[in-house]
Amino acid sequence: MLLRLEARGATSQAMVYLAPVLAVALTLSGGALLFTVLGYDAGRALYTFFIQPITSVYGVTELAIKAAPLCLIAIGLAIGFRANVWNIGAEGQLTMGAICGGGVALAAWGAEGPWLLPAMLIAGAFGGMAWAAVPAWLKVRFNANEILVSLMLTYVAGHLLTYLVYGPWSDPAGFGFPETRRFGEEGRLAVLVDGTRLHTGTLLALVAVAAGWFLMARTLVGFQIKVIGLTPTAAGYAGFSQHRTIWLTLLLAGGMAGLAGVAEVAGPIGQLLPTISPGYGFTAIIVAFLGRLHPVGILFAALVMALSYLGGEAVQIGMGLPLAVTGVFQGMLLFFLLGCDVLVRYRLRLSLPRAAPERRSAPEEAAP
Amino acid sequence: MRAGRVVASCDPRQETARSLAEMMIGGELTIPDRPASAAAGEPRLVVDRLSLSTDDPFGMDISDVSFAVRAGEVFGIAGVAGNGQAELLSALSGERLAPADAAVKIDGRAVGHVGPRGRRALGLAFVPEERLGRGAVPDLSLADNALLSGYGRHGMVRRGLISFANARAFAQRIVESFGVVATGHRAEARSLSGGNLQKFIVGREILQQPRLLIAAAPTWGVDAGAAVAIHRALIDLAADGVAVLVISQDLDELFAISDRIAVMFHGRLSASRPTRRTSVEQVGLLMGGLFDQVDDDHVDVETGEKVLNSVA
Repeated sequence: MLLRLEARGATSQAMVYLAPVLAVALTLSGGALLFTVLGYDAGRALYTFFIQPITSVYGVTELAIKAAPLCLIAIGLAIGFRANVWNIGAEGQLTMGAICGGGVALAAWGAEGPWLLPAMLIAGAFGGMAWAAVPAWLKVRFNANEILVSLMLTYVAGHLLTYLVYGPWSDPAGFGFPETRRFGEEGRLAVLVDGTRLHTGTLLALVAVAAGWFLMARTLVGFQIKVIGLTPTAAGYAGFSQHRTIWLTLLLAGGMAGLAGVAEVAGPIGQLLPTISPGYGFTAIIVAFLGRLHPVGILFAALVMALSYLGGEAVQIGMGLPLAVTGVFQGMLLFFLLGCDVLVRYRLRLSLPRAAPERRSAPEEAAP
Repeated sequence: MRAGRVVASCDPRQETARSLAEMMIGGELTIPDRPASAAAGEPRLVVDRLSLSTDDPFGMDISDVSFAVRAGEVFGIAGVAGNGQAELLSALSGERLAPADAAVKIDGRAVGHVGPRGRRALGLAFVPEERLGRGAVPDLSLADNALLSGYGRHGMVRRGLISFANARAFAQRIVESFGVVATGHRAEARSLSGGNLQKFIVGREILQQPRLLIAAAPTWGVDAGAAVAIHRALIDLAADGVAVLVISQDLDELFAISDRIAVMFHGRLSASRPTRRTSVEQVGLLMGGLFDQVDDDHVDVETGEKVLNSVA
């Protein structure tokens, strides 16, 4: 007896959008099972993980702070994924954005003005774009795999940041701690709600949702990206340039990741540290797929994934569970999502030994 | 073997290339009585000593291909598949650029280095051999597929923004004028039968009012009814003064609709000759690569190579 995947032929459109919801539900049940097996009260653990973090205004603003970079990066990545451009190095582009934007703030230290924040954001976006331009150029020129190049550049960017904050950029009055000076007021994103860390940078994510939707749904550029991703040969026939699309999607995703990076350091962090992101660039890949590569879907997916960061911290503090629970939940979610996606398109068939169909043919002939 | 059946067996030593070609083509093919078209107009597409080498291990380099397609005529290129037709087609559509800019000219303008987009802007329409995956995106609706090659026309795109209303209207017009059986402009391209999708693609190209239409195997794998409709549309198009180039393996098709015919073999193109004064047997010999064994007396000097020489 064998398990076999059989194409369903027609894919139910409703199920394509229900799959992420189903995946979240399965993750919750999987989590409940996990907590029970570990000997915790599953109900209380799930409450602590998923509900408690958003029961206060502060909690909700923290959720938005974490969701914003995820959303911003995932929208850029999703546009590339639509065109089969697999940028896996958003984390590195985020880091470069933070370095370039933070560098402007440090260079202007003592000579600040209202121009500083816009200059930082622009420098951050360009930093991310420059980092994404490397895989774009290598892919167009040498057909180098952008997955490997962009991923490896993530570590280069990480080491560069470490070198800078330990070395040339470290705070002269910081007693050798690996951190830069704190940026001045002109170099910080304004706080939106008093008593919280919610900053104007989170609004960038909402702008990105609208802009991303408009680009993909209403413009010829978006149509080209879609066609190139679906059927490259038809795109060549139509005269849509693959090279230009590779450049465009990588620069766009890099710029948005860079913007997310500079918004982190100019927002909640306020200085450069050796670690400025809990892996937003990688988590954004899950967010992009959980959101069906659609900007509005990505917004919701970003909120769900941001909750997993907060929930992981909450169960660590409240119940003494390890922080690895965050990773386990994110992993379960991706696993169930991919599983649902496969089962939406294929059905499982138990196939019996091969002799069966041959024997069946005789009675069929006898039947009227 | 012909049309899936073994039609004859013989001792090759006792047969001539001529008689083998006759067997390959089949004796029942006769030259259809197609009225000579009104005096063809100025050359719209001129290919001058085009050579291309391919990286594809199953591809065929093409060398020194020259011909001209004039307004108001249907020019046919016959040949067994894999003799360089695919490479020639991609060089004509602009998907592959020619080494020399002047090797391909549309309306006298050198376009060898111009991509598909620029050539479309000059009035080229193109029906590729593969329907699904080149001529149409399987997962997209008919309205989106109308946009695929028609984005430059009918107000479907203004300042980079897509007008979906105009794209839907254009798709609807194709479906109605060419009798495409589909559930509407929302139907995915993959849901159409081969013949209906081909009618849609041919219709999409023709309704863009081209000055020059290139069609590859326009009725390959298409049911008889759709084939007749497509042939009629191509002949009507030529009658309206459009230059039509048909590259096909189907000799019946080429003899039925073309005014002049040339044969591609091993990356080279034979001289063209008026289809009416060409026999199936001669084409069969050319398809076997015997360019010099064909009696060239049949070439009409006024419509043959002379045109090309005057242009080039």
